[in-house]
Amino acid sequence: MISGLMWTGKTSPREPAARVWPLRLAGWLTLLGGMTVTAGVQAAGPAEDEHFGVPQVKFINDQIAAGWVDGGLKPSDQATDGEWCRRVYLDVVGRIPTLVELKAFVADPSSTKRPDLVDHLLGEDFVDDYARHWTDVWTTVLIGRDVENEMVSRAGMRQYLRRSFSKNIPYDRFVEELVTATGANANRKNVDGFNGAANFLSGKMEENGIQATAKTAQIFLGLQVQCTQCHNHPFNKGKQNQFWELNAFFRQVRALRRFDGTRDIQWIELVDEDFAGESGNAEEAELYYELRNGLMKVAYPVFVDGTEISRTGYVPRTLEGGEKIGAHRRQELADLMKASPLMPKAIVNRMWGHFLGYGFTRPVDDLGDHNPPSHPELLDGLAERFREQSFDLKELIRWIVLSRPYSLSSKASKGNQRDDPSLGEKPKFTHFYLRQMRAEDLYESLLTATEADEARGGEEAAKKKDEWLSQFIIAFGTDEGDDSTTFNGSIPQVLMMFNGDLIKQATNTGKGGFLDRVAKSDMKNPAKITTLYQSALARSPSAKEISAANDMLAARKGDAIGALQDIWWAILNSNEFIINH
Amino acid sequence: MSSIFDLPTGMNRRHFMSHLAGAAAMAAPATAFTNTLLANATDLKKRHKAAILLWMGGGPSTMDIWDLKPGAPTGGQFKQISTSADGIAICEHMPLMAKQMHHMSIVRSMSTREADHTRGRYYMHTGYVPNPNVEHPGYGSVIAHELAEQVSDLEIPPFVSVGSGSVGPGFLGMTWAPFVVDSNGNVRNLDMGIDPTRLDQRLRMLETIENKFIGEKRGGSAEDHKKVIDKTVKLMTSKQMEAFKVMKEPKDVQEKYGTTGFGRGCLLARRLVEAGVPFVEVDLGGWDMHADIFPTLADRKLPELDKAMGALVSDLADRGMLDDTAIIWMGEFSRTPNINGGGGRDHWARSWSMVVGGAGFKRGVVVGETSSDGKEVVTEPYSSQDVMASVLKSLGISLETTFTAKNGRPMKIANSGKVIKELFT
Repeated sequence: MISGLMWTGKTSPREPAARVWPLRLAGWLTLLGGMTVTAGVQAAGPAEDEHFGVPQVKFINDQIAAGWVDGGLKPSDQATDGEWCRRVYLDVVGRIPTLVELKAFVADPSSTKRPDLVDHLLGEDFVDDYARHWTDVWTTVLIGRDVENEMVSRAGMRQYLRRSFSKNIPYDRFVEELVTATGANANRKNVDGFNGAANFLSGKMEENGIQATAKTAQIFLGLQVQCTQCHNHPFNKGKQNQFWELNAFFRQVRALRRFDGTRDIQWIELVDEDFAGESGNAEEAELYYELRNGLMKVAYPVFVDGTEISRTGYVPRTLEGGEKIGAHRRQELADLMKASPLMPKAIVNRMWGHFLGYGFTRPVDDLGDHNPPSHPELLDGLAERFREQSFDLKELIRWIVLSRPYSLSSKASKGNQRDDPSLGEKPKFTHFYLRQMRAEDLYESLLTATEADEARGGEEAAKKKDEWLSQFIIAFGTDEGDDSTTFNGSIPQVLMMFNGDLIKQATNTGKGGFLDRVAKSDMKNPAKITTLYQSALARSPSAKEISAANDMLAARKGDAIGALQDIWWAILNSNEFIINH
Repeated sequence: MSSIFDLPTGMNRRHFMSHLAGAAAMAAPATAFTNTLLANATDLKKRHKAAILLWMGGGPSTMDIWDLKPGAPTGGQFKQISTSADGIAICEHMPLMAKQMHHMSIVRSMSTREADHTRGRYYMHTGYVPNPNVEHPGYGSVIAHELAEQVSDLEIPPFVSVGSGSVGPGFLGMTWAPFVVDSNGNVRNLDMGIDPTRLDQRLRMLETIENKFIGEKRGGSAEDHKKVIDKTVKLMTSKQMEAFKVMKEPKDVQEKYGTTGFGRGCLLARRLVEAGVPFVEVDLGGWDMHADIFPTLADRKLPELDKAMGALVSDLADRGMLDDTAIIWMGEFSRTPNINGGGGRDHWARSWSMVVGGAGFKRGVVVGETSSDGKEVVTEPYSSQDVMASVLKSLGISLETTFTAKNGRPMKIANSGKVIKELFT
C-alpha cells in the first residue's frame, strides 16, 4: 500500500498541504508506472515549417529563417518536449512545471500539444501564476528592485499590475493608465481614490519630473533621452530640446504628500493642476532649460515625432459661458504614444528579449537610430501585427513561444556555433540562448519543485519573496534610484544556493515534506532518483548520473532519505537547474 | 576520484580536504582559531601590488572639494585651506585629508563627455563608452586579472566591492566578477552546516551534473557557473575569510576611520589588501546633489569622506603599504559650476578633478588647471582612459597588454589611454 494513498482517508480539511498531496503522488505513480526512464528526452518536436495555423508565427519563422540563409547558418535541432515545456512554463508563468504537468505534456500524443499547452498557460487555469509572474517582471521595470520608500508603494504597484495582467488589459490601455494615473498610491482603509498605477510616477516627480520624462521615454518608447537633459547627445540624434519638450507634458502633475495626522508621509496623491508656466502665463505655459553655454531656452509640449499640442497650462474645464478651455497634457501624451509606431516596437522588442534571451537591440529599451536592430523587418512587422491585434499581450506571447526560434535546442551545432551574441555579434536565433533564471523565477521554481506551492500567491507571499530578494539588491547611490543585483551568477548567489535558508527548506527531510514523501513512496530507488531529476530538470538521469547517485546511497550507508537529500541538493545547485535552456 | 573540480590554480582533493578541516575548526573556540591565523599571518603578508578605488557614486562636486574657486560667481560657499603638500589647497571641510596631501596628487584637468549616471559609471570604470556589442571589464576585473598571479595562494576573491556593485567583468567572464559585500564585511550564507566529507560527496554528485550539461555545448554560461562554484568552495573553506571581519579591529582603529559605512569600508579595504586581495572598491554614494548642495556637503558628506579617506591614507603609509597600494578617488563625473535655483549643482563632465596616490605615483602634486570659473580645462585635458593607463602603470602592469574579447577581437588594456606624465616624472 502506498503511504500517500493511505493518507487520503485520514486527511483533515484543516491540513491543506496533506489534502493536495495524495492526489499528486497518486498522479505521478500512475504516470511513472507507464513510462520508461527516458521519458521527456526524446527529440520529437513539430516539423520545421510548422506554424500551427497562426500567420504571425509563420511570419516570424520566415523572417528568422531568411536571416539564417543570409548568414550562412543552420539552425539547431528542436528542443526536446521536456526542455520546451520547462522553458515555456518559466517564461510564461515564471516557474518550472510540476512533475504532473511535465508528464502530462510529454505523454500527450496530440500533434497540437504545443499550442494546447500555450492556450492552457494563457487561459483561466493559470491566470494567477501568469499575473504573479508578469507583476514581478513589470514591478522591476517600472519602479526598480529596491524601491519601497515614502514616495512609492510597492504593494500598491503590484496590486495594480496583478489586476492588469489577470484581466489581460490591452497594452495601449496599460500604458495610458500608467502615464495618466491620478489618485492615491497606497491602498489604505481610510484613503479614497486608490490607484496603484500612480506608483509608476509618484516617485519620479522630483525636480519637475525629470525621471518621469526619462523613464516614460525609455520604457514605453525605447528612447534613451536621459543624457539629453543636459546637452545634445554626442552619438545619437537626441537633442536637448526634445527632452524638455517631452518634459513639458509632465508639468501639470503634482505628487502631493498626504499625512493623515502624523508627521510621516502616509500616502502620495497624484493630481493634475494648472501649470502657469515659468513666467506666470497659463495660456502659454512654458518652461526654460539651460544650454551648456549657460543660455536659457524655452520649451512647450512637443512629442518626440514633432507633434505639438496646445500650449495652455490649464487643465480642462468648462467656463461659465460653456466655453471649454485647457488641455490635459498627460492625456495628450498618452494619445500620442498610443498612435506612435515606437510604442508597439518597444514592447515587441522587450517581449522578444524576455523569451529569446536577446532582443533585436541591446539594450532592449534603446531603439534609437544609433542602435540598429538585428531584424528590422521582423520588429516592424510584429509591431504592426501587435497593433492590429488590439495590443493583446497574450497574443504576442503566443506568437513568440510557438515560433521556431523559440522551439530550438540550446545545443549549438557546427552550422551555428558562431552565432553567439555573448561574443558581441548580432543574434541570429539559430539556437536557444542560455540565460539564468531571474531570482523571482528561482524562488517560485523551488516552491514548485518541492511541491510547496500552497505558500504562493497574495500580497503576503509577495512580501516574503521581497524580503528574500532584498539580499541580492545593490543600490548605486544616485538620485535615479538605479540598482543592480548580485543574483547574477556570482559568488553570493552560489553561497545562497549552497547554504541559504531557502535551500535548507527545499532540501529538508522533515515528515510530510517533498523528500520524505519521495523516500517513503513505493518506488524503487532508480525511480525515486528519476522523480528528483524530472521535478527539477524535466529530464531523466543518465546512466552515469544513476551510478553517481548509487554511490551516494552507498556513502550514506542505507540512509535513503539522507542520500536523496544529497542528490537533491546537487540537482538544485546545478547549472542545468538555474539556467533556462 | 582524484579531483573535485578542476580549479585553475590546481586545487586538488587533498588540498580541498585540508580546507574543509580548517573550516570545521571554525566551530572550535575563537581563540584557537585566532592563534592559527596569527601563525599564518606572515605568509599572508607577502609584498604585493594592489589598488583601492574610492568610488563616489552620484558624481561629487569636485570644485567644492579639490579645485576651489573662491570669489568666482560659481565658487560656492567654501573656503580653501593649505595642506601638507606645498602649494596645494583644498576644501576647508577636509582638514584630515589636508594633512595627508603629501601622499596624494590631484588631477584637475579631467574632461569627459558622459554625464548620465549609468553611462558615466561604465565609462569611468572601463575606459570605454557603452557599446551594445561588447561588455568591457572594469578596473577591478582588469587589475585582479593582471595581478592574480602574484597572489597565487589567495583563496578569497581578487576583486571585492564594498557597498556597491561596481562594474562587471565584461568579456573577462564571471570568474572576475566583483565579490560584493556590505561595509560590515558580512558575507551571507557561509555556514554549510554539514560535515566536510558529506559536502565533498555532494560536490562530486554536483560535478557529474555540471559536466554533463557543459559537455552538451550550450554556451559559456554553463562553464562559468562551474568556475564560480570552484571559487565559492575555495572561499567557504578559507581561513583568509577572517580578513572580512572588520569589526574585530581595535575600537580606536575603528574610531579613527569613522563609524560610518564608508569608514568601515575603508578599514575593510585595508584588511583585504593586507590579506592579499589585489583590488578593492569602496563605494560612497549620495553625491547626486541637485539641491541644497552646500549644507549637505559641509554637514554630512565631506566629514564622512575626510575621516575615512584620511585614516586610510595615513594607515597605509604607517604600515608601509602605501608604496605598493594605489588609491584612486573619483566618481562618474562632477557637477555644474553654475549653481541652480535649488541651491544645487547638476551633472557636469567637461571639467573636473580626481585624486590618486600611493604605488608608483608621484605624490603631492597638482596636474592641470581649470579656468577661473571652473567651466573649462585650460591645460591638456585627461580622460578615463588616461587615468586607467596611469593607474596600471603605477602598479607595474604593462600597457602593451592586450585582451582578446570573446569574439576574437583584440582589445588594448585601458583603451590605449595615455599615461598622465606629470604623475610620474
